[in-house]
Amino acid sequence: MPERLLEVDALDAFYGDFQALFGVSLRIEAAQAVAIIGANGAGKSTLLKCIAGLLSCRRDALKLDGQPIGGCLAHEIAARGIALIPEGRRLFPSLTVEENLLIGGQLARRGPWTLRRVYELFPMLAARRNLPAPALSGGQQQMAAIGRALMANPRLILCDELSLGLAPIVVRDIYAALPAIRADGTALVIVEQDIVQALKAAQHAYCLQEGRIALEGPAAGLTREAIAAAYFGV
Amino acid sequence: MVDWINVIVQGVLVGGLYAMFAAGLSLIFGIMRLVNIAHGDLIVLAAYLALVTAQTLGIGPILALLIVAPLMGLIGYALQRLVLNRTLGDDLLPPLLVTFGLSVIIQNGLLELFSADSRRLQAGDIEVASFPVMNGVSVGVLPLVSFLVAIAVISVLQFVLYRTALGRAFRATADDPAVAQLMGLDNRHIFALAMALSLVVVAVAGVFLAVRANFDPTFGPSRLIFGFESVIIGGLGSLWGTLAGGILLGVAQAIGGKIDPGWQMLAGHLAFLVVLAIRPEGFFPKVRA
Repeated sequence: MPERLLEVDALDAFYGDFQALFGVSLRIEAAQAVAIIGANGAGKSTLLKCIAGLLSCRRDALKLDGQPIGGCLAHEIAARGIALIPEGRRLFPSLTVEENLLIGGQLARRGPWTLRRVYELFPMLAARRNLPAPALSGGQQQMAAIGRALMANPRLILCDELSLGLAPIVVRDIYAALPAIRADGTALVIVEQDIVQALKAAQHAYCLQEGRIALEGPAAGLTREAIAAAYFGV
Repeated sequence: MVDWINVIVQGVLVGGLYAMFAAGLSLIFGIMRLVNIAHGDLIVLAAYLALVTAQTLGIGPILALLIVAPLMGLIGYALQRLVLNRTLGDDLLPPLLVTFGLSVIIQNGLLELFSADSRRLQAGDIEVASFPVMNGVSVGVLPLVSFLVAIAVISVLQFVLYRTALGRAFRATADDPAVAQLMGLDNRHIFALAMALSLVVVAVAGVFLAVRANFDPTFGPSRLIFGFESVIIGGLGSLWGTLAGGILLGVAQAIGGKIDPGWQMLAGHLAFLVVLAIRPEGFFPKVRA
């Protein structure tokens, strides 16, 4: 039985009066990669925001190692080892590349990831360490955002739309780095519009439709027809 | 001619004090977009705290500063954590209104406690000591010390902001507070630390204000205006620009005062308006990406 890392149990999420998620449940095991796919507005980013503590939810809707963490503040969740790579990367523009990485590492959680290892994983960043973050290309910024998350030595990284706005060849480079991250025991949640890319990188997949889980299963076992049906409803 | 050199030298030295008024204001605005209307009154509060400390303990202004600076830092932390953090959000108006109210409370509280009589912090012989730099121009030791302290304060702030982990956290939080939280930074704590740092600078400014001139409880708002004008003239976000802004304001006031003592304040405000008209972004704005 693999070690259960995060359990989401009947999670509801609201923006004011608007309900965005309805009883979403899922499980993530240590070092596992889980894909979450779905159309625009299906609730994928909302789900990540809840897990990261940016949106509040019921206390026992989220459990990390069996401990309820729902409703904790974002900085507390980060300290417990969940990192979010936000959609659109959102590096700190007035900081240099290296300062961005160091901000990620200021939690000082123990683990394998250091500045040196991040630079080994993404050598392009090492050469540009003293540039301001906005001077990087989109792909390099995404690498820096991944590095910034790794610097906290998280147990789970939530990746929101890693491929957004990037050329296919760059997306391939970025996804090529993910196995090295999982090799150290870090689990991944991959939220993507690009279904093929997401399913290739993950072992297990969930498909969200209008705030509910419409389909789940091993990533390799999902048929095109089943995904199409879960995407658009029947 | 010598008269005018003298005027400009004195104006430059006063400018250091104005830069200290402005530095804390600029820091807070830069990090959390909070316009602290009570900033001037907090300077006056620090001046009174220094006065009380010096009188009750029988110590000089510098020793009093060693007590007042940490005390103001604590007040700043508590003020931000308990009151001002609740006012922050997308809307700039709530913090403006709350700090305006705070300004009224501080002024009237001081008036109640210390009356409207003007006070001064005694510093001994240094108050009147001066040395000649050239024929007809002499520089007061006290104005020179306050100018050097202003440079030191700005250097330290610059160092903290750009060379320390705390400064990195300040800049990251200023850039994107939501993402900063994802990095494990507690905004409420970071903002409170920034306010604490700002009020430590306020304490230094307050003590030099108290030694250099008479002050009373209604003195705050005009110090706030000088601080604002220095920040705007220098350009938002640049601490060294703020020093330049303070100096320009000080020199303009000194020149106005030389022409006619009644024109001192007016000349400062006019210089500010001229800068706003021809260079509204200030002389050394820090351009944001």
